Amino acid sequence: MTTPMRRPFSREQRATVIYGMLSFVIILVVLQLWLLTATMNAWLGGDESIVWPAAAASGACFALNAGLYRYLVRMERTGRGTA
Amino acid sequence: MADLPLDARGPIDPALNTPGREGLTGTAPANRYAPTVDREQVTIAPNFAPPQLQPAWRQDFPIDWPQDLYVERRDFMKFMVLTSAAFTLGQLWIGAHNWYRRRQGRPPILRIASMDDVAVGAAIGFTYPDAHQPCLLVRLSATEFVAFTQTCTHLSCAVVPRPAEASFYCPCHEGRFDLRTGVPTAGPPRRPLTRIVLDMRGRDIYAVAVEERTA
Repeated sequence: MTTPMRRPFSREQRATVIYGMLSFVIILVVLQLWLLTATMNAWLGGDESIVWPAAAASGACFALNAGLYRYLVRMERTGRGTA
Repeated sequence: MADLPLDARGPIDPALNTPGREGLTGTAPANRYAPTVDREQVTIAPNFAPPQLQPAWRQDFPIDWPQDLYVERRDFMKFMVLTSAAFTLGQLWIGAHNWYRRRQGRPPILRIASMDDVAVGAAIGFTYPDAHQPCLLVRLSATEFVAFTQTCTHLSCAVVPRPAEASFYCPCHEGRFDLRTGVPTAGPPRRPLTRIVLDMRGRDIYAVAVEERTA
């Protein structure tokens, strides 16, 4: 079974893709900033229960961001984000 | 095919979304279309004018505007992903400090002073739980004592007791805390001063614990 040929993204399509990804990344980074300040405030106030769940949530946001960036790199290399 | 007469309307752009393609079928002669140009290879100048209207120097220094925008946004995205990594490292840093703080265990019990050493309305300084953390012991009345760390919860400046105004005052940004409870009453601080739990043993005053609070 052969994989069908797929056209690479055009310039306009790539611009649309990167705008979408950038919107997502910015939302996640703002969420991480809020998470960091809230965690720091709680921790300095003696509330330790939030520290590790917040770190896990921040790590998940970073994993999403890194995944999106990886998709972008693959898109540049192969013309499309997926094989 | 080349000897077929051109359509009176002239050649049309082969792009799928070109106006004028309506009604054309697959039997249209090849010379009906203008020579094919790969649109991805056409440089679009920043002023969006066609190539023949561009200044001559642009042939030597072409700037493809969509590609330029794309590279800018890609670099910005890279920067944002690195920022995201930095925030995650910050969270892990808090976690590491939390682990280290828990490992330290309970702070020691430390004798601060005798009741007779502090006059009513006066304050003395001491360090607790280690030599790097300055604190203040304030005598509110004959039997009431309170102690707080001297570090402002805004940007860690040293607060100054002002018993006459019933407050601790932070000179850096005009922050004020209630003298009795350590709760912020004015200025930028949002968290109360860290309270030192006291224990009276005879006429001696001991610091026994540190109580951090969010409100």
